[in-house]
Amino acid sequence: MVHTPHPDKGLDEGIKLGLGSESDPALTRTGPADMTSLLLRRLALGLVTIWIVSVIIFLGVEALPGDACTAVLERDAQGEVLAKCRDDLGLNAPALTRYADWAVGVLHGDFGMSANGLQSISELVGYRVRNSLLLAAGALSVGIPLAIFLGTVAGLWRDKPIDLLFSTGAIFAMTIPDFVSATILILIFAIWLGWVPAIVITPADAPPLDFFPEFVLAAVVLTLVMIAHIMRMVRSSVIEVMATDYVQMATLKGVPYWRIVLTHALPNALLPAINVIALTIAWLLGGVVVVEVVFNYPGLGRMLVDAVSDRDLPVIQAITLIVAATYVGVNLVADILAMMLNPRLRTHQTRRQ
Amino acid sequence: MTEVSPITAPAQSRLQRVLTTLQEVVRLPSGSIGLTLVTLHIVLALISPLIVPYDFKEMNSAIILADPSAAHWLGTDHLGRDVMTRVLLGGREALIVTGIATPAALIWGGLTGVLLGLRGGWLDEVVMRLVDAFLALPGVLPLLVLVTVFGTGNDVLIPTLAFFFGIPVIRVARAATHEVVARDFISAARARGHSQLTIVRRELMPNVLDTMMVEGAMRWSWMLLGFSALSFLGFGVSPPTPDWGLMIADARVYMSLAPWGVLGPVVALSSLIIGINLTADALAKTLGLDRSRKAVV
Amino acid sequence: MAEPALIDIRNLTVGFRARSGALLPVLRNVDLQVCRGESLGIVGESGSGKSTLALAAMGFLKRGLQRMGGQVLFNGDDMFDRTRKQLEAIRGGQLGVVPQNSGQSLTPTLRIGTQMREALRLHCTLPEAEHEARVINLLSQVRLPDPSTIMQRYPHELSGGQQQRVAIAMALAGEPDALLLDEPTTGLDVTTQAHILELLRELARTRNMAMVYVSHDLGVIARVCEKVQVLYAGEVVLEGPTRHVLTDPLHPYARGLLASIPRLGETHLPVALDGRPPTPGKTGSGCAFAPRCVLANDQCRSKRPPLITSAHGEVTRCFYPEKTGQIATIGSGTDPVHHDACGDTALTLRDLSISYARSGLIERLFPPAVPTVPTVDGISIILAKGETLGLVGESGSGKSTILKSIAGLLPPSGGQILMGADTPLTPNVERRRPDQLRCIQMVFQNPDESLNPRQSVLEILSQPLRLYFNLRGRALQDRAVELLETVRLGSHYLDRRPEQLSGGEKQRVAVARAFAANPEIVLCDEITSALDVSVQAAVLELLNDLKKSMDTTYIFVSHDLTVVRALSDRVAVLYQGRICEVGPAAAVYGSPSHPYTDILLNAVLEPDPDVAPKLMAEDVVELAPPACGCPFQRRCPRKLDSVCETDTPPSQTGADGHVVRCHIPLNEL
Repeated sequence: MVHTPHPDKGLDEGIKLGLGSESDPALTRTGPADMTSLLLRRLALGLVTIWIVSVIIFLGVEALPGDACTAVLERDAQGEVLAKCRDDLGLNAPALTRYADWAVGVLHGDFGMSANGLQSISELVGYRVRNSLLLAAGALSVGIPLAIFLGTVAGLWRDKPIDLLFSTGAIFAMTIPDFVSATILILIFAIWLGWVPAIVITPADAPPLDFFPEFVLAAVVLTLVMIAHIMRMVRSSVIEVMATDYVQMATLKGVPYWRIVLTHALPNALLPAINVIALTIAWLLGGVVVVEVVFNYPGLGRMLVDAVSDRDLPVIQAITLIVAATYVGVNLVADILAMMLNPRLRTHQTRRQ
Repeated sequence: MTEVSPITAPAQSRLQRVLTTLQEVVRLPSGSIGLTLVTLHIVLALISPLIVPYDFKEMNSAIILADPSAAHWLGTDHLGRDVMTRVLLGGREALIVTGIATPAALIWGGLTGVLLGLRGGWLDEVVMRLVDAFLALPGVLPLLVLVTVFGTGNDVLIPTLAFFFGIPVIRVARAATHEVVARDFISAARARGHSQLTIVRRELMPNVLDTMMVEGAMRWSWMLLGFSALSFLGFGVSPPTPDWGLMIADARVYMSLAPWGVLGPVVALSSLIIGINLTADALAKTLGLDRSRKAVV
Repeated sequence: MAEPALIDIRNLTVGFRARSGALLPVLRNVDLQVCRGESLGIVGESGSGKSTLALAAMGFLKRGLQRMGGQVLFNGDDMFDRTRKQLEAIRGGQLGVVPQNSGQSLTPTLRIGTQMREALRLHCTLPEAEHEARVINLLSQVRLPDPSTIMQRYPHELSGGQQQRVAIAMALAGEPDALLLDEPTTGLDVTTQAHILELLRELARTRNMAMVYVSHDLGVIARVCEKVQVLYAGEVVLEGPTRHVLTDPLHPYARGLLASIPRLGETHLPVALDGRPPTPGKTGSGCAFAPRCVLANDQCRSKRPPLITSAHGEVTRCFYPEKTGQIATIGSGTDPVHHDACGDTALTLRDLSISYARSGLIERLFPPAVPTVPTVDGISIILAKGETLGLVGESGSGKSTILKSIAGLLPPSGGQILMGADTPLTPNVERRRPDQLRCIQMVFQNPDESLNPRQSVLEILSQPLRLYFNLRGRALQDRAVELLETVRLGSHYLDRRPEQLSGGEKQRVAVARAFAANPEIVLCDEITSALDVSVQAAVLELLNDLKKSMDTTYIFVSHDLTVVRALSDRVAVLYQGRICEVGPAAAVYGSPSHPYTDILLNAVLEPDPDVAPKLMAEDVVELAPPACGCPFQRRCPRKLDSVCETDTPPSQTGADGHVVRCHIPLNEL
């Protein structure tokens, strides 16, 4: 869970989109799968999810022993001082009021102050989000094309040596914990070969170029895990599509092999990959705690761990909400994209007219 | 002619089915390698206290970070403890915790998912939104927070892991239920007028179970990863208890001086997780489920 | 032969590598010759290797198959010796193929126009600029209305018949010399099938192509082929002119096959072929058909018969072609049990209507301006005890929906279902009383879906036995064995699982499960449509026997008019969920009748080369019934005028007791 993106977050979306079946209640319940109403429904669901997340976060933090004041004041947290602090920060107000205040603030881009009362969270988080984005962009720009390529090759040469090589490699990349592969890479490239520094010491607010080349190893570790997942998915999708009647038909129509692969097979094989890629992106942007810690990379994940250690509750709330919103947002975009690209969903209505 | 009682006949054939499935799994190269690795780890975890050469907390300042030798096959760590001993013992905690938490996660997630898949309606809508929300949380956060607040005892770790790893199981079980419920043999049972419970027990469950078996193997490997990562980050097992995650974190610091130190726990942890995954792959193949498709990311 | 054969397959053997490592043949020493302008039919049941043979003619073998010997010559050169480039030029060029299921054979993400143009670009010498016009020309040649709109469509937006036409147009794009058709009309409604076959006949006439037509349906072959080859267990067992093969074949298998086909004019049940075809590699050293052959002797069982040419050019793989005349070719099997409609009432449907559109939250908040037309409407039928009612109609006619509603799986939106004459049944199955539930049992279309793959036959049969009769232990097992025997399966089937049974055996188990309840009414939903014709005959025979011994009432749903004919006492014809005509079987199948019944009957293809089907006014698929007037108004060839559009047709009762709902007076029909 810590290093692996959630394995089945994409499952239901896939079904909902009609990639798997038409028996999904979400489709039948809304009647004819009108494109706009489907999109609106999806959007509404996303918003509801984010709202529920915010409530869970708020309640979760609420349920924890201690609050912002006990965290700031530490040992002095008793008697009048504590009471005054709570009064100052408005912690004595009813929970509902505090939730409303917090939520309204968040909607205005104001996450409040960090627990030490000195820094605005929005400011602190800003650079971290940028750094995490940077890392994700590095991993994605190489990872996605490579994963699709490897998956396609493995699928087309199914059960041949090249497939066995790639598939076995994928199992290794997928299952070896990322702190393990990070450790091994550091051992080889930083310690034995000395090509890159083992950890990042650049401060969070440094300009992006300063992270180079330190961040390369971190990006490589993330890419490995990501490639493995997407590759396996693409491979099985390609195998499935290459066995379909329409690919056989294209062969019997005399379409050259590579043309079949590129125009008939791949567009169909990659449609379901969209959602998987989205999940990977969401994971990269939010959950890569371990890798950021290992490389001391100043991204959101490491900030989260630090915040937990410091019991900096406002920061935890802020990061969690940002990550959850990203997750929901990216998945939403993927759903919409998949809908747009799949003619079976796009033109569901025309037949009835 | 032997008399076959119809009451025992299904039970027998169920056992037979498990055995034939196992046979087919072993026949696949991935299955045989995977099962061997997993069995080896379980056996080692059971007998390791009897066979380890040293006491796992016995420190010896004279031989700090020693290279492998006849006395210390994998060398010693920064406190002069025997790495071999600690590697052999280092999986016990992880196996105990995940060994209890995985079935627990499967059972609560699986039952909830099947129930929701059958019932549908508003309850399904509400619970699935909650599931969505929980899945949107950064995976590590709830664990980190709970462990920080309540400590790292097994009484905290097991329920926490079971709860959070059970949430995605709900989805899988629900989807599997939807798939089975749409089939005619369920309609046939409904038309005959069987009770809901009988339909679930006799008709639905045997068909959902395949998916859940593969799911279980995967959950287990992810939970092991999660558990080790917590240790690695310093939020898991507390020293001096030997644990692979913790050992890797410790040895990493001295990696430039004693690179051997990380290899032991790295190989141990990786081989267990790879073993589980290979087994899951073989199982999925045998049962005709496409794991890479269903469970990617 | 004066002209050299265009497709010339010689001694072809194709096999696959089994788990054990042995090569098991699926095609054995097959010879096949087709010349330009000739049309050859390849007939066989599932597993006979007919599709493999057709694809092999293109030099294509499915994954896992390999050629073990022989040649596939096209224009004199072996297809398997050609380079990939040469193959690509021939496939779709000189050699076109029309696949079985066009819905799945057209790439779902590409528009029809794009796929057509691709075919042209690959195989046609026309300049690119003229392709558009050529596509439109091809699409109109296959009589698709409005070709330029069709080009903009994606495959899923077309009906099954339209998809099939597109596939034919695509095959014609390369101006082929030969066309291979792999079950091109299987899965289409009879009326659509009639249209497509007409089109193919005309194409064959005008283009002088060689055609190889693969089908399990002898009726289809009769319509379009001059020559027929019969495949059994991967071997050619008979080859000859269609007329001979269909009327007086010289091979026992072909005769048995003919006898197992139900026919419109035949009031007896068809005769089933006993046994099942051998699995690949298990054919033994003798004649592959010997285990099922009534004429077989020791020679047949030990030696493989050679191909013998008869006096009038028929080639048969049988030692005793002269003796085959003993085997009847027309199924005059058991006399079906018939029952009058005047006995006690078993079931009453009173003005039943069913809507599929479930009302969700959005519909409840914003109800549609126009109320939706129910899928099934105005069904009133009274069923006597022991009577068999046949429900016929094409796909989407609501026949299965009615059965589900009677079984309580789909609550009707209006009307009543009554047990007997006066006991109303609650629409919801969960609220019905146990004895009511027991009385009505249903057999589903596809046994792969309706039998739980995780249960043994014993477990499957115990479900109703335990539920209704509380049987346990020894008694339960004895009863299960007894049931298996009534469906002619032995007690050794008890511990098998569905996957270990053949299609026919599975369906028998499903029938046994229904009869385990000692039901009064059995609902049969297309129960033979997934089966081969020889197996179908056996299931029909079984149903008839059960009816004889248990006096069961059946509602028998099928799209196949001939199947319904043999068993039914009364027949109801459905169109768009409305009854067009209902009455005693003889009356409905006789004349005069509803225009729709007339077309349905005439679209039925019998294995008789001299009968031509009648065509429907318009070959389109309707998605929803019209809001008012006659349900058949849009496709009726005899539509009067606005009356048909506005008024619900009246029920006219004929002298022979059958009811026709049509505006045309009965004596003019």
